[in-house]
Amino acid sequence: MSQELFDRFIKCAVDALKVEPDQLTREARFKEDLDSDSLDFVELMMAVEDEFGIDPIDEKELEGITTFGQAFDLIITKL
Amino acid sequence: MSRVVLVTGGSRGIGLACARRFAALGDRVAVTYNSSPPPDGLFGVRCDVTDAAQVDAAFKEIEEKFGPVEILVSNAGITKDTLLLRMTEADFAAVVDANLTAAFRVVKRATQGMLRARKGRIILMSSVVGLLGSAGQANYAASKAGLVGFARSLARELGSRSITVNVVAPGPVETDMTAALGEDRLKELTSQVPLARMATADEIAGVVEFLAGPDAGYVTGAVIPVDGGLGMGH
Repeated sequence: MSQELFDRFIKCAVDALKVEPDQLTREARFKEDLDSDSLDFVELMMAVEDEFGIDPIDEKELEGITTFGQAFDLIITKL
Repeated sequence: MSRVVLVTGGSRGIGLACARRFAALGDRVAVTYNSSPPPDGLFGVRCDVTDAAQVDAAFKEIEEKFGPVEILVSNAGITKDTLLLRMTEADFAAVVDANLTAAFRVVKRATQGMLRARKGRIILMSSVVGLLGSAGQANYAASKAGLVGFARSLARELGSRSITVNVVAPGPVETDMTAALGEDRLKELTSQVPLARMATADEIAGVVEFLAGPDAGYVTGAVIPVDGGLGMGH
């Protein structure tokens, strides 16, 4: 895992989810720990798509993703 | 406090009346227009709302001049009236595209800034015929009814971000659009209105101003009739 990519991911999340960088650990759960709802999550994904220049991610692929680390792992596969 | 307002179809009729009201309050008002530019004092942006690229370009221009749109009045609309048997699929699709899908385009673009700001007001211009029906206006009525379901879905999606989405449903209003109906049809129309007259565009704009203002902070997903009583019960 590249730290540089993870840092860029954190930057997107701080902006989209309105959270502090130190909350964004791999284990952080979107709903319980980050207080994010489905709209926050969509905003994060759109920000990430812009940041990394990747195609829109199919909603089906996002099913089952509950933690920040899982979301990052999915993004990595799209680069 | 000066707010950034965008009124689509704001160079005449109801849209112009709305734009003038906001301008009188000291807001920074942009209007989109297709054929006739707005009068002096309003920031006009030429934009065909049936073209997503033009919508995006218009928003960019407005954002550069004023900042993100805080109040959106999606008002641009067309009619292509004829009875169903004579209505072509192109007539139907064109009206739905200009009145309903265009609302989707401008609202979607406007929410980018509103979500970031965690606030916003969206007002969609429907019509009494959306719920009442109107012979010869199947395409127009369908597009205007569609705005209700669209608005109410967005009221649910965006409510947690303090963005309200409401619909205004005017009855007959003195505009170029109704003037095209002809005197006989207008007489027939007003004869069914309990207040027995047409509305002025400014009477519609007053309700839009209310929905955009601080007193309407807890109003969302509403369909406000401004129809002289024509649609009562709908």
